[in-house]
Amino acid sequence: MALARHPDPAWRGRVTATVVCLLLLWPMLTASEFKPWLLLDAQSLAAAGGFLSDFLRPAHDPEFLAMVARDTWQTIAIASAGLTLALLGAIPATLVITERLSLSRLGTRRMRVSSRIVRQLLRWVLVFLRSVPELVWALLFVRIVGLGPTAGVLAIALAYAGMLAKVYAEILESSDAHALDSLLANGSPRLAALLYGALPESSAELVSYTVYRWECAIRGSAVMGFVGAGGLGQRMDESTKMMAGGEVATMLIMFVLLVALADIVSKLLRRRLG
Amino acid sequence: MKPSPPPRSLGTPLLLLALLALVVASFASLDLQWAAFFAPDALGSAREFLAGFAPPETAPAFLMKTLGALWETLAMSLVGTLLAVIGGLLLALPASGRSGGVARGFTRVLLNVLRSIPELVWASLLLVAAGLGPFAGTLALGAHTAGVLGRLFADALENVAPQPEAALRDNGAAPLAAFLYATLPQALPQMLSYTLYRWENNIRAAAVLGVVGAGGLGQMLKYHLSLFQMQSAATVVIAMLLLVACVDAASFALRRALTR
Repeated sequence: MALARHPDPAWRGRVTATVVCLLLLWPMLTASEFKPWLLLDAQSLAAAGGFLSDFLRPAHDPEFLAMVARDTWQTIAIASAGLTLALLGAIPATLVITERLSLSRLGTRRMRVSSRIVRQLLRWVLVFLRSVPELVWALLFVRIVGLGPTAGVLAIALAYAGMLAKVYAEILESSDAHALDSLLANGSPRLAALLYGALPESSAELVSYTVYRWECAIRGSAVMGFVGAGGLGQRMDESTKMMAGGEVATMLIMFVLLVALADIVSKLLRRRLG
Repeated sequence: MKPSPPPRSLGTPLLLLALLALVVASFASLDLQWAAFFAPDALGSAREFLAGFAPPETAPAFLMKTLGALWETLAMSLVGTLLAVIGGLLLALPASGRSGGVARGFTRVLLNVLRSIPELVWASLLLVAAGLGPFAGTLALGAHTAGVLGRLFADALENVAPQPEAALRDNGAAPLAAFLYATLPQALPQMLSYTLYRWENNIRAAAVLGVVGAGGLGQMLKYHLSLFQMQSAATVVIAMLLLVACVDAASFALRRALTR
């Protein structure tokens, strides 16, 4: 036999590595309660089987479809409204934290201590805003304002303001400094210097990142519904809890279509505006 | 003579108008509760709500429980990623065109479906079969990540040079041996780096997956928030932030060490 004549020269190392990995994996498997045989017990098989067989007949009565369409629009609306609010927070924050726009930096290359402190404080606030996952923001806002789309809009607004401001500032910092610097050094006001010195060069990148984030926000707002923040997710959560497989199937199809549509529209917009 | 201005296309202004209409329609159609925010006592009640989080719960028993949930989150992410590697590799073999075009197209569609359903949706669906707890979360991470990794693995396998495997096969090596010794080693570094990257993503995802009841820190957060135990919830959120910060730092350090 071929295998007997040419044994794997590295078999000792491979076997030892496998055994060590399995030993290390063992506590992980117990911690994650990895018990695949539970899937095969009669009760859960019956539940999953019933749920899955419903899946093959997606619910399609007109009333339900109208409701799904309303929820899909709500998901898009939550994402768009949330992103608009996020921009309202992110743009002023970008103007503050962008070091290129510092006047005290001109010539000396050193910022005043006070402006450095303000920038750093705002940066920490932004880090906090984007480090708390958007789902956790949604969960908190559901506690404050109750179930419904308001929580989703606010969660997207906060989490995305943190991300957008950081990336906007990075894009502005990485553009060519020459035009902006000469405008500022010759006494132009900061806003004019930004509009005429930095934006023309980085606008394409800024727009395409914003559109990409809008796409992410749509996915995010669909998922946030699962904690009660409105839209498609909330309806899907309710149907799953009622074990209505047909309804869940319809909504899953709708969800996949929505994500694909957002992807296409975002590509189109980026090509057009970018 | 003044040069004529460059022709302006009508498309872009129309597009911007459409975007504006989208935003206006969004705000108009959502019934947002602004009243609750601009009410005179809104600031006071928000302050009261925030003050409820301080100080975070620090009783040793609770900290141990949080640590346990943190460990559970890590375990879920690791086991989920491993499942995804196994599933992704099994699906990547047909998806890289080894068993003909029909199988390739079919598995690619399957991978797309696996990938386009987010972890959280998988988790809430799998709760039906696997019951509450980290097992459902692990399977959910595995299902979504298998779609992502399967696609990446398939592309990696398609892009390696086919000659070494063909040479081994021509000289009489068994198909499996030829694949394992000629094709896999070429794609392995790339596959490993994809896997590490997805593991990093999965740690972050596993932290929040629990909010639908699928174990880990998220389940704890949901539990304490629904009982309005804000101080315990604050501890869990801090644990989440620490976990994410550690993962970010580790991945940054690793990437710098590898690219230097």
